[in-house]
Amino acid sequence: MSYAPNTDADRAAMLRAVGVESIDDLFVDIPVRHRDPELDLPPALPETDVIRHLGELGARNATSSDLASFLGAGFYRHFVPALVDQQLLRSEWYTAYTPYQPEMAQGTLQAMYEFQSLVCDLTGMDVSNASLYDGASALAEAVLLCRGLTRRPRVVIADTVHPAYRDVAATYVSALDVDLRVVSAARRDATSVRPDLQALVDAIDEQTSCVVIQRPDFLGMVVDPDPVMQAAREHGARVVVVVGDPVSLGLLVPPGDLGADIVVGELRSLAGPPAYGGPGAGMFAVRSQLIRRVPGRIAGRTTDLDGKNAFVLTLQTREQHIRRERATSNITTNQALVTLGATISLCALGRRGLREIAEQSLTAAHHAAEALVGAGAVIASEAPYVNEFAVHAPAGAAARLERLRKEGNVLAGIDLGCVSPTFDDLILVAATELTTADDVEALASAWARTQ
Amino acid sequence: MTEEPLIYDLSSPGRRGVRPPLPQFDPVDPTKALPTSELRTDLPLPEASEIDVMRHFLRLSHKNHSVDTAMYPLGSCTMKYNPKVNEVTARTPGLADVHPNQPPATAQGALELIYELEALLASITGFPAVSTQPAAGSQGELCGLLSILAWHESRGETRTQVLVPDSAHGTNPATGTMSGLEVISLPTADDGGIDLQNLEERLGPGVAAIMLTLPSTLGLFERRILEVVDLVHAAGAQVYCDGANMNAMLGRVRPADLGIDVMHLNLHKTFSTPHGGGGPGAGALAVQAHLEPFLPSPRVVRNGDAFELAEPSPTSIGRVHSHLGNFGNLVRAYTYIRSLGAEGLREAADDAVLNANYLRASLSDDYDLPYDRICMHEVVLAGTRQRRLGVRTLDIAKRLIDYGIHPPTIYFPIIVDEALMIEPTETESRESLDNFIDVMRRIAREAESDPDKLHDAPVNAPVRRLDEVTANRRPNVRRPPPGSA
Repeated sequence: MSYAPNTDADRAAMLRAVGVESIDDLFVDIPVRHRDPELDLPPALPETDVIRHLGELGARNATSSDLASFLGAGFYRHFVPALVDQQLLRSEWYTAYTPYQPEMAQGTLQAMYEFQSLVCDLTGMDVSNASLYDGASALAEAVLLCRGLTRRPRVVIADTVHPAYRDVAATYVSALDVDLRVVSAARRDATSVRPDLQALVDAIDEQTSCVVIQRPDFLGMVVDPDPVMQAAREHGARVVVVVGDPVSLGLLVPPGDLGADIVVGELRSLAGPPAYGGPGAGMFAVRSQLIRRVPGRIAGRTTDLDGKNAFVLTLQTREQHIRRERATSNITTNQALVTLGATISLCALGRRGLREIAEQSLTAAHHAAEALVGAGAVIASEAPYVNEFAVHAPAGAAARLERLRKEGNVLAGIDLGCVSPTFDDLILVAATELTTADDVEALASAWARTQ
Repeated sequence: MTEEPLIYDLSSPGRRGVRPPLPQFDPVDPTKALPTSELRTDLPLPEASEIDVMRHFLRLSHKNHSVDTAMYPLGSCTMKYNPKVNEVTARTPGLADVHPNQPPATAQGALELIYELEALLASITGFPAVSTQPAAGSQGELCGLLSILAWHESRGETRTQVLVPDSAHGTNPATGTMSGLEVISLPTADDGGIDLQNLEERLGPGVAAIMLTLPSTLGLFERRILEVVDLVHAAGAQVYCDGANMNAMLGRVRPADLGIDVMHLNLHKTFSTPHGGGGPGAGALAVQAHLEPFLPSPRVVRNGDAFELAEPSPTSIGRVHSHLGNFGNLVRAYTYIRSLGAEGLREAADDAVLNANYLRASLSDDYDLPYDRICMHEVVLAGTRQRRLGVRTLDIAKRLIDYGIHPPTIYFPIIVDEALMIEPTETESRESLDNFIDVMRRIAREAESDPDKLHDAPVNAPVRRLDEVTANRRPNVRRPPPGSA
C-alpha cells in the first residue's frame, strides 16, 4: 500500500497529458542496468498490524512504570501538562514546515517569538534563536561562534560538562584548527568529589576563544562560577554556560546574570517523555552584540502593510540558504515542534508552577540522598545541588548499578566513569517532581540489600 | 483574522495554570539546600490559566497552513501526507518513555528498532552500512564529509577542497566550510546536468569529494552520473550524494549501485516523519563498506539475539548527537517503511514523479520551463514571462496564498531566474493537482490583466505582506525584558 490517492484511471489520463506511455518512461534518465532493483523488504503491514508490531518492540523496553528510575544526566522525567501533547497533535503545528511564507505561518512564527522571549527570561540573556538540534550540537555551535568571533585557537572545556556534549563539540571542530582542552573542574577524595575551578582558571589565556562550564555541573553540583568569569574577562575569552536541566532555572540565578556570553542546554524534558534520547531541542541564547553570529532560525516582530503586528524569520543573511559557504552554520531544520512543546509547557506551568516543580525536584533529590545515607551509602557530592548528586559505590559504579537493577528493580543512576576513569566508583542519581516516595524507598532498600 | 496577543498579555499576577504533582515528601527549603546567592529572586514567566494557554495556542495554530490543510508543494521539502498511525506508534509508552541511559538490557526493543531501520534503509539505498544518529540532513552532511576526510587521512592523503554544483542546496557549501574545506562551485551544463569537461578540469589531487544532489535541485536525474562517478574516483576523490530527493528514486534505483560512496537521507522528507513547523527532522547516513569504519559512534550491533552498543571504532569520526539520534522520528520512519513495503515505496516514487511531470506538462504553456525535459519528483518553472509584465515570482507566490495553496519554493535553485520549484509529492490526488493547475493558470491571466492583484497579494491571509526590512534593521526578537522601558 501507499498513501497515494491516484487510481489507475488517473494515472492513465495523466500519462496521456505528459505524452508518455507508461510510468517507466519517466525514469529513462536512470542508467538502464541499474534501473528497478528488487528491494529486499518485509511485506507491507496494515495499520492494525504495524501498531501491534511496534507495540511488541516497545514491550521489550523497560519504562518508568516497570522500574524505579533515577536516571537524569541531561534527560529528566519532568511533568509535562496534558495540553502540551494535545496541541502537538494538531495538524496545523506538526504538518507545517519552516515558516518561509510568513503570511501562512503566523502561528509558528509567533510561537517562536514567545519561545525566544521565554528563553531570554529564563536564562537572563538578550537574544535566543528558535532552537538547534539538541544540547550537544548547541554547545558545538557555541564553540564555533566563539572561534569565528575571537579568531583564537583554543577552547577550554570543563570535564564536568556533559561528556557527550564534549564529544559532539570535538566532532564538530575535528576538521578545523581548534585546540580543544578538557580541563578538570572537580577534585576527588577517597569517597567524595567537590568542585575545583582552579585548573580551569589557570587554563584560560590570550589564546582562549571560550571557556565552557556547566551549571549545575554534570555531577549536579552548583558552584559560583565567578573565578572563571573573571579569568575569562581578563583574557578576552568568552564564557559558554551549559544548563544541565532547564527546570533548575526555576530556582537558580540565571547564567546571564552571572556573566555568560552564550547559554546552551537541552529542553526535551519540558516537552515530553525522553523518547530514548531524541528528538531533543537545543537552547541557544546570547548577548545582543552576538545576534548576527547566531546559528539557526530567529523569529522577529514586525508589521504588515496595514500596520498590523506580525512575525517573520529575520536576519536570514546569517543562514546557509542565503550565505552558502559563508553562513554561520549549515543548520536548516531545527526542532520547532519540541520547542513548541517546551513553550506551551512553560506557559501552562507559569511562574509558580516552574518554581514549584523545581522545588519538588530539589526536595525529592535531598530525600533520596537522605534515604541512601540511611541505607549505608556515602553521598560523594560535597557541594550544594538541586536535583542530582553523586553517591559513592565502593566496589565500582557499573557492578553496583547492575546489582541494583537485577536485585532491586531500580535504575539507580549513571556510572560517572563516563566523565573520567577516576570517577568510576561514583553513581549520578537524579530525582524530579515525578519521583515518588515508593521510588525512594525502593532505591534505599535496594542499596541496603546490595552492600 | 484578529491579532493574537502575546501570551504575556494574557498573564495576570497570581493566576495559576496547571498544578504540579502533590508533594511526596516534606518540602526541603531551597535556602537550606543552596546558598541564597545562588537563588534567583525573580522568575518572569507568564501567569496564565490553563484555558487561556490552550486557546492562545489553538488560535495561533489556526494561522498556519499545513499539509493537512491543503496542498503544500514546497520544492525540495517533500511535504507529503504524514500518516496518523506514525503518531500512534511514536507515542507507544514502551517507545516513548525510555531513558537514553537505560542499560541496553532494558532497551532491547529500541535498539532492535534502530538496527532494523538501518537495515531497511540499507536495502532501499543499496549501501551496506547506515547510521541513523544524525539529527537532520545537514548534520548527516557534516558526518559524511568528515567520514570522507577521515578515509583520505587513513590513506595518508590530505585533501582540502570540495566541489559543489551551483544548483546545490545552501547546506552543501556551508557544510564544506564547517568541514574545513575550500568550496569550489561547479557550473551547471545547458541540459541541467553536470558539465563533464569542467568537472575534469576542477578535479585534482586536492579534491576530497564532490557533493551532488540526485535528482538535482532542478528536479532532473543526472544522465551522466556513471561518467561523473568514474571521473571523480579516477581522481581519488569521493562522491557524496545529498539524498534530500530520495523520494524520486525509491524502488527505481539504489544510489549505491551507481557508485556513490556516501549519501544522507532526510527521514522527514522521504519517509514522512512530520516536518513539525521546522523540525525535528532526522538524518541518516548511508555509506559504502570502505567508509563504514568512520561512521559516527556509538553504533547498534546484533550479537545473537541481543542488541548492543558497539565499542566505538577507533577510526570513527565520533559522536554528533548526545544519544542515538532523533529516536522518536526513527520510530515514525520505521513505521512508514513497514506500512508501505517495497511495492508501496516504489508506488510512492512513481506517483511523485508522475504528479510532477503532470504539472510540468500542464503548466508549460503559461510559465517558462527552463529545462524542458522529463523531470523527477519536482519541476522548476520560471516566472520570467510574468516579470516582463512587471510581476515577480514573489507576487505569484503571494497570490497562491489567496487561493489557499502554499507557494512552491521560490528563487531557488539560484541558477534559475525567478524560479518556482514545485514538488507536489505522491499524496496529492489528480483533482488536487488540477486545482493547482487551474489556480496557476488564473494567476498567469491575472498577471496579464490585473497585475496589481498580484502585487497586493495576499489579501486572504491572517496578515498582509510584512515589513522585513525593519525587522532586519532593528531586530525585535523577544518581548521587552521585564523592567525595561
